[in-house]
Amino acid sequence: MMPHTPRPPQAIAADRARYEDHQRRGLTFAPKAPPTPSPLQAPPPVDPLWHRTLPGGWYDVLTMRPGQVLRLQSQGLGGCVSLAAWALRDTSERLNLPDTVKVQWTTDLRKGRVLFSDMGRVMLAITEDNSGAHDVLTGGSGRTGAGTPAQRNTRDNMILAAAKLGLDRRDLPMLMTFFAPVRVDAAGRFFWNGTLLSGTDWVELRAEMPLVLALSNTRHPMDPSTAEVPPVMLTLQAAGAVDDDDLCRTASAEAIRGFQNNVRG
Amino acid sequence: MQIHDIPAEKPWSGIIRKGQTLRIIDTCGQQAIDTIFYNAADFGERYSAQDTMQAQGAAYITTGSRIMSSEGRVMLTVTADTAGRHDTCAGCCSCESNTVRFGEPTRHLHACRENFILELSRHGMTRRDIVPNINFFMNVPISPNGAMTIDDGISSAGDHVDLVADMDVLCVISNCPQINNPCNGFDPTPIRVEIKD
Repeated sequence: MMPHTPRPPQAIAADRARYEDHQRRGLTFAPKAPPTPSPLQAPPPVDPLWHRTLPGGWYDVLTMRPGQVLRLQSQGLGGCVSLAAWALRDTSERLNLPDTVKVQWTTDLRKGRVLFSDMGRVMLAITEDNSGAHDVLTGGSGRTGAGTPAQRNTRDNMILAAAKLGLDRRDLPMLMTFFAPVRVDAAGRFFWNGTLLSGTDWVELRAEMPLVLALSNTRHPMDPSTAEVPPVMLTLQAAGAVDDDDLCRTASAEAIRGFQNNVRG
Repeated sequence: MQIHDIPAEKPWSGIIRKGQTLRIIDTCGQQAIDTIFYNAADFGERYSAQDTMQAQGAAYITTGSRIMSSEGRVMLTVTADTAGRHDTCAGCCSCESNTVRFGEPTRHLHACRENFILELSRHGMTRRDIVPNINFFMNVPISPNGAMTIDDGISSAGDHVDLVADMDVLCVISNCPQINNPCNGFDPTPIRVEIKD
């Protein structure tokens, strides 16, 4: 066995006290405001640049400039959107969900939360969200092996989407899936809570740096339905002013420090 | 049998052949051991935390867990676990995420991501090849309301986990240097890895 000289007890006690202070604030005070859900009925988009539909089973890629807002709106139950994101200037910087949930002390990503890259910077802010019914833990569907081309899956879609951005499977991060109400019980087991969705659910994501995104609208593997996957409407809205007290930028000490890293560059 | 003693705060990597057993020993207790597996014949196929959680329908790794790859194949199977459960949601620490979690003064502390970058460079891989890892012996309870936190480790000195390889794998470890939270009891310690036929 290798020898080990413990750190001084005073140093350990100081680090523990500092962590417990972060933990107390992170678990009890964030986010700043209770995440009041967006209304069930989405208002008309503000200054839309384009609309397009993402058919069930398919993928899309797009570029976002800072401040632009992407609306995702399901067009029926069963449409869900898996998301991957990369920094436009250097795609080795990408969405990092473990950091995202760890630094915000929650796997419940909803209105008011932000999505981090592996470089400690904020990529996207969840500015609107009526359902809060999203999955960060279980990902999309894998390859089924046999089957017809119509039996599309998230994994293939993401490899195809990545290819069209000049990327490959090595670039794929863990995926966040919107409109996928995966929840965890006290024993750590996952279950699907379909009652959280209405079929017209919507979220808006604001780009906080220049980004490229890959989206896949495929049946979530935990969704018990076997119906055809409906389309999801995508709407990109022009960048607007962001207030100094913007919820996503001020919701927690961690979000504030993340945005400081964006400024740091 | 191969025995590899890994100093506190250091990385390590090694090949485990199909059928061999990898034993990871938390020599002193309460030491997070950040671990990623790659198909030894095709590094593009690597550990997938989401496929692993989806396959077992639960968030924590323990005896019986199948360690899944990005291609949906079984890489290894956990056959013994004296600690109870292990995290695969919280990823590895980095200088950058430390600034977000603990403030700018923690930027220049050693971190697992630094270990992974350096160890992967020995195999022709880069930061791009770092994927969300398993944190053996790290205690990250997730509450039904989604709240998650890193709590004191539940492992004791000498606790171990055994994994039987279902394919030839490259195992890459960062013996976690974090001192800003309890994942290492605020005192990173040496660990041991054994590989048995």
